[in-house]
Amino acid sequence: MMSRIGQAIKGAMLMDFIGATGLAVKYMFKPKATINYPFEKGPISPRFRGEHALRRYANGEERCIACKLCEAICPAQAITIEAEPRDDGSRRTTRYDIDMVKCIYCGLCQEACPVDAIVEGPNFEFATETREELYYDKERLLANGDRWERVIARNLELDAPYR
Amino acid sequence: MAKAKVNGVEVEFDPGMTVLQVAELAGEEIPRFCYHERLSIAGNCRMCLVEVKPGPPKPQASCALPAAEGQEIFTNTPMVKKAREGVMEFLLINHPLDCPICDQGGECDLQDQAMGYGRGGSRYAENKRAVEEKYLGPTIKTFMTRCIQCTRCVRFSTEVAGVTEMGMISRGENAEITSYLEQAVSSELSGNLNDLCPVGALTHKPWSFNYRPWELQKVESIDVMDALGAHIRLDYRGPTVLRALPRLKEDINEEWITDKTRYAVDGLSRQRLDKPYVRKAGGLQATTWSEALSEVAGKLKATSPEKIGVIAGDLIDAEGLKATKDMFSSLGVNNLDCRQDGSKIGRGARETYLFNTGIAGIEDADAILMIGTDLRNEASLINARIRKSWLKGDVQVAVIGEPYDLTYDYVHLGAGPKALKDLKKHAFRDVLKNAEKPVVLVGNGAISGSDGAAVLNLIASEVLSAYDVVRADWNGFNIVHQAASRVAGLDIGFVPHGDGLDTEAMLAGGLDVVVLLGADEIDTSKLKGSFVVYIGHHGDAGAAIADVILPSAAYTEKSGIYVNLEGRVQIAERAVFPKGDAKEEWAIMRALSEAVGKTLPYDSQSDLRAKLIADHPTFGRIDVKPSQKSFDVKTLGAKGEVSDRVFASNIKDFYLTNPIARASVAMAECSAARAPKLSVAAE
Repeated sequence: MMSRIGQAIKGAMLMDFIGATGLAVKYMFKPKATINYPFEKGPISPRFRGEHALRRYANGEERCIACKLCEAICPAQAITIEAEPRDDGSRRTTRYDIDMVKCIYCGLCQEACPVDAIVEGPNFEFATETREELYYDKERLLANGDRWERVIARNLELDAPYR
Repeated sequence: MAKAKVNGVEVEFDPGMTVLQVAELAGEEIPRFCYHERLSIAGNCRMCLVEVKPGPPKPQASCALPAAEGQEIFTNTPMVKKAREGVMEFLLINHPLDCPICDQGGECDLQDQAMGYGRGGSRYAENKRAVEEKYLGPTIKTFMTRCIQCTRCVRFSTEVAGVTEMGMISRGENAEITSYLEQAVSSELSGNLNDLCPVGALTHKPWSFNYRPWELQKVESIDVMDALGAHIRLDYRGPTVLRALPRLKEDINEEWITDKTRYAVDGLSRQRLDKPYVRKAGGLQATTWSEALSEVAGKLKATSPEKIGVIAGDLIDAEGLKATKDMFSSLGVNNLDCRQDGSKIGRGARETYLFNTGIAGIEDADAILMIGTDLRNEASLINARIRKSWLKGDVQVAVIGEPYDLTYDYVHLGAGPKALKDLKKHAFRDVLKNAEKPVVLVGNGAISGSDGAAVLNLIASEVLSAYDVVRADWNGFNIVHQAASRVAGLDIGFVPHGDGLDTEAMLAGGLDVVVLLGADEIDTSKLKGSFVVYIGHHGDAGAAIADVILPSAAYTEKSGIYVNLEGRVQIAERAVFPKGDAKEEWAIMRALSEAVGKTLPYDSQSDLRAKLIADHPTFGRIDVKPSQKSFDVKTLGAKGEVSDRVFASNIKDFYLTNPIARASVAMAECSAARAPKLSVAAE
């Protein structure tokens, strides 16, 4: 009985309205939580698992040695590798495909890689209009690596103490 | 039987067994690298250390320690664990951490045992040693830094393969395995070295970097490269067979296979016939099955049966042979032959064309006479068995025919029939006479040609009956076959009927239609005048002159029955599907029989097998070697004039004996490596 009366009084005095207005006014003077994407972007952890890339060494040699551990560990079986001795006798891939549609971005491939060749970079903006564009081949992955190398290298360095 | 205790459990063992073998009897696993059941004991890896009481209070190498009555063996004490960890740490001091680029990765003894028995990490921080790579021929890729000096390869090449070309030089940290003067290992069994290597120091060169063991699917199959029918495992990924490995089969191949069996599989993806072809206006043109079959059927119907001939090749399964024989017999064709090498066998009892002693039985022999066979190239694994028995000093060998390098010493009695007649004057006569289990190996070199039957008869009278080689309790008469399909063909009766022509007579000309069922080992230029139908899987000699090509499945692409030279019926499983439009031989024959209006009475392979077993009961006994039966040696061959010739093997190049091997890059490299080097004169 008492609480009903109390509610009635609150309603008559427009207490909810005043409280909500107060809250709105308070937030008008606070910094904005939303950002103006795509012109502004939020911070990303160095461990962020985005688009894949194949890295190279500083001298331009590709890191991947075709050990196929990433292919073996991939839970979605998104990676396909074929290998063959290169002309100089070293072990290299002739084919390195990732089906980005199958990929679940779990990051096990980069965990498995003994030479830090396959990494999941910071890029998450690789939506395409067709499915076919998401079947990445070796060329595309190496190009990704070249484009993102600086960021990837810094991220790996930042994350190194925790590995 | 003596008794010993392994971890407190009492086991009985034969005197003479080693501690390692006794522990295995008790079901205990002993890690090892250098020890191998089929090689001599080296005792140099020290991985098999166990604790033995009574004895000195230190771990002992179980592989080299004879077990004794009342011994107590411990394999799980702290001392053993510590010893194994120590040995493993030492082995890993110089072993590079390059498992990701090592082809052995995933099937490596060192990897597995380091996980099972090693310490978690290494305390070794100094530089590792590096060893130069060696050239060991076209089949072996070396990465000698990985070597742990188990010397299995040295022991295999000297003991089993019989080529004393490998050895270990220097000592301590500088010890390394090498071949003398950097030559290729000149053995046809060299691929087994790669299997034996417990680490990745020796890997398969033809397959290098092509696969990882975990991504391959496996199927158990039978080898068709020679007549032994070695048990193999085919590993495939998708539509490609990537490798062939031996399976353990004590009675046939133990655990070895030849390089041809192993490395010729890359020929399966080259030069393949995947569509039917018909020759039009001078060139072969791809066509459809219905058109190709109606072309053949039309030709067969228009030709009288005496003018049709069928020659079966070396790699055909029993089903294909049976369907072909049924199909052409229904047409009234008598000119059928499965002996494209022209050997004059297969008319009499089964014992007259089998390897009666058996592959394993050859080790019981105490005197062996080889007539016209290059055993090392024709049946390498039988040759390895004879070497094993020769090394033990159990056997004396004599050869009539061209003298070949057989990896053991033998008496050369002569080159041809004259030596056969003079045998009774030679000292080896006494060896044969005194032998309890004499063995005679007869090869194609002796029994082919126009006087082949007469030579066989001469062998029967001069050797078999003279020295009691074929008795009630021992049958020492053996034909050394070279083709996987031959014994099945002879069992089925794929030989000329009545006055039918054999291979030689068919090639002599006069036939209007010749059907080559995978037959490439004949002089195809003689078939120019005939309408040639080639049924096969590779674009080889037969396909080149064919007027119609019907593509068939290779041995990896069908389930098939093969009969090996000792008469053992074996079933091979299918690994991958036939290429393109290719079909199994029996299915082609079934379709062709419908096209000529004489439909064969089976629609499926199981129906065909039932018919095969009903007509030829020997096919019902799978994987059983027929028991040794004696036979009347007088029925062998036929009386006749024997010309004075040299019994020379028809195998000119071991690595290129069939269409699959000829299409293989690996085999071409092996063949080139073995070919005599052209000596270049100095200027």
